[in-house]
Amino acid sequence: MTFLIQQTLLYAIPLMIVALAGVFAERSGIINLALEGIMIFGAFIGVLFVHMVQKAGVFDAAKAANDWVALQGFEIMAMLAAAFMGAVFSLLLSFASVNLKADQTIGGTALNLLAPALVLFFIRIIANQNTLQMATGDAASWFMVKKSMFGYGRNDEMGFLGSTFIDKTYLATYICILVFVVLSILLYKTRFGLRLRSCGENPQAADSLGINVYVMRYAGTTISGALAGMGGFVYALTTANCASTGDVAGFGFLALAVMIFGNWKPLNIAGAAILFGLFKCIAASYASIDINGDGVFLLAQIGISPHFYRMLPYIITLVVLAFTSKKSRAPKAEGIPYDKGQR
Amino acid sequence: MNQRLSQLWQRDATKTVLASLVSILIGMAVGGVIIFIVGMTNPSLGPASVWEGIRLAFLGLFSTGRDAAGGLTFGFNPVNMGDMLFRATPLILTGLSVAVAFKTGLFNIGAPGQYLMGTAVTLMLALGIPSETVPTALIWVIAFLGGTLAGALWGCIPGLVKAFLNINEVLACIMTNWIAANLVTWMFDGSDFRNLVENTKSGYIYKTSYNGVETAKLGLDQIFPNSQVNGGIVVAIVIAILVWVLMSKTTLGYQLKACGANRHAARYAGIADKRNIVLSMAIAGGLSGAGAALYYLSGNTEFFWSTYQTLPAIGFNGIPVALLAASNPIGVVFTGCFMSMLDIVGQQITNLTAYNEYIADIIIAVIVYLSAFSLVIKMLFSWRRKRRAEEENANAEEPGDGEEGSGGPAAAPLPADAPAEDGGAGAPPEDRPGDAPGAEETGKGGERA
Repeated sequence: MTFLIQQTLLYAIPLMIVALAGVFAERSGIINLALEGIMIFGAFIGVLFVHMVQKAGVFDAAKAANDWVALQGFEIMAMLAAAFMGAVFSLLLSFASVNLKADQTIGGTALNLLAPALVLFFIRIIANQNTLQMATGDAASWFMVKKSMFGYGRNDEMGFLGSTFIDKTYLATYICILVFVVLSILLYKTRFGLRLRSCGENPQAADSLGINVYVMRYAGTTISGALAGMGGFVYALTTANCASTGDVAGFGFLALAVMIFGNWKPLNIAGAAILFGLFKCIAASYASIDINGDGVFLLAQIGISPHFYRMLPYIITLVVLAFTSKKSRAPKAEGIPYDKGQR
Repeated sequence: MNQRLSQLWQRDATKTVLASLVSILIGMAVGGVIIFIVGMTNPSLGPASVWEGIRLAFLGLFSTGRDAAGGLTFGFNPVNMGDMLFRATPLILTGLSVAVAFKTGLFNIGAPGQYLMGTAVTLMLALGIPSETVPTALIWVIAFLGGTLAGALWGCIPGLVKAFLNINEVLACIMTNWIAANLVTWMFDGSDFRNLVENTKSGYIYKTSYNGVETAKLGLDQIFPNSQVNGGIVVAIVIAILVWVLMSKTTLGYQLKACGANRHAARYAGIADKRNIVLSMAIAGGLSGAGAALYYLSGNTEFFWSTYQTLPAIGFNGIPVALLAASNPIGVVFTGCFMSMLDIVGQQITNLTAYNEYIADIIIAVIVYLSAFSLVIKMLFSWRRKRRAEEENANAEEPGDGEEGSGGPAAAPLPADAPAEDGGAGAPPEDRPGDAPGAEETGKGGERA
């Protein structure tokens, strides 16, 4: 059970945060199809940051002294770097769709093509192969939170909650949850959030009340880019051992599906993300899931092909969308470039 | 002559072509800039390699390797040319696939999945039908049709859920892509189609030539010796022409386009909109499947079957091919060749310099980005005419209107509000060719005022 929850969280948290990224863009009126691309780019930046800092030897002393506070700080810095560059990358999308009134779907697709190309181009030049990894060690030994950090010995039990939510987890997961909560409140309980949402519903009315629609749309897309970039790095850190390969296996698109399934509302999205995280987790590690701890690996033993499990998240997405699409209510003005002259 | 040039200039098609050419030029320039920056900041590369990289980025198609002194040589390279046509074949078809969907108001990002399904069925038919009893030409035709049909059926899925359940086709396409990737892997996993004869090739499916099935060369191998080119390119061009006829000359094509322009208006006019959405996705899927069939029936291509984590780039590259051609089926033939040329360029860069083939992907991505606002680029071209029209209006209204009236002509270099806001840094209008004499006169008139 512990394993199942931890694995599900690993997949659910990046999905959740990237889906929230989609919400911020779409609620301001911009369809952000580029989530996948921004994730790829953010993952690359984060990994590159870790790689460079490791090479410079800044945290070598901290690592040697097992100073895990410093190492967690290092992780947060990498997340910030990924978020910052993700935001910068997303400016390409906002520039095209706000200033140039371009087709947002095509603009997003362009970014989805651009990110892996750029990332692989640089990875090949930096590492001379198609994967950029950490310079030394692995993600677990550098960044993972372990029970030894809290004074527990190797054989001490932490209890169910401790061993599930503290031992062998990443701080990044909890930062993402915190950011998710804070930004959801920002979106719903502040003046800024209300203005942002109004730009996605009726920008003409918003403009008539003195809200600068362009600025709001830039803000929405930039927050979106930062979240997606951070989510990309968190994904790479927690599920890919802090390596960047110019690919996040369709996670950005899955996040879009989560967003639509969650009806553009943060709470529903959190639920949807956990559901999808569960299926993603089953797909990735069906063979080692021991649901009730009796040593029986049920999913591997019922004889269903692993290919089916891998297909499952995508099939479920389609089926779920089929059932919810009638009720789904997208922001009214999403995808429509705002033209001041049009009232 | 001037008059005719001016007319040509004002045609919308001309502007579309020019906008695409500008996108291409900017895209390649960005590629050059990236090579420059990387080369200059990387001590192991240096200026000489930058110059080589940039020359290859623009002229890679004509690269003939290095001479004895180590310098790059350029000239007619039949292998590159032939390979370009060979690789253009599937790109033209996936480009057509995306283009047909675009014309009908749908964004077919599902081409990779349709392509994969086409690949799987084509290979199974081409390798599964015994060539001892069935003539290989017949197998070729069956496999080709089978691949096309598989792609069409796979394309139907997003069409159906779009038409009847109102699910965004982009999302449905992406999900079907990944389902296809897993399904194809599943279909080939443990099958007899895996190449178990050659060592270390079990990750691949047999070439279709293993069963004696391959596309006829049609004499193209005489023109481009040693290259992979075959008759597939001819089939692709014929299909492109057929698609053009379908979309521009038939009632069905008109109905499809009407649905794309305004689904509700089309339904009001008595067009079955749901049927047409499904049909256009089916046609799009069929074209992608046909592309896969032509690529893998060539007899010298191998399919890596364990593909559940990757989608074929050819499918995604159909999007830039279609965008760059502004969804014109005939234009797709040319842009498809251009994209495959970039592919060759990337290969030459990898082989001959310290840079790698992803620079070609960067160029493609920049071109797609620019084509997202090709309308803006087109608008820049339209300035001249707009400005002229405005001046004529102003002059006609009241020649000597004093301060207020001259405001129009004086502000001429920055005409209507929108273009001025969007691209104030555009080229000065004087550069525009094709000036009609009358326009120059009014232009002077404007300056005087």
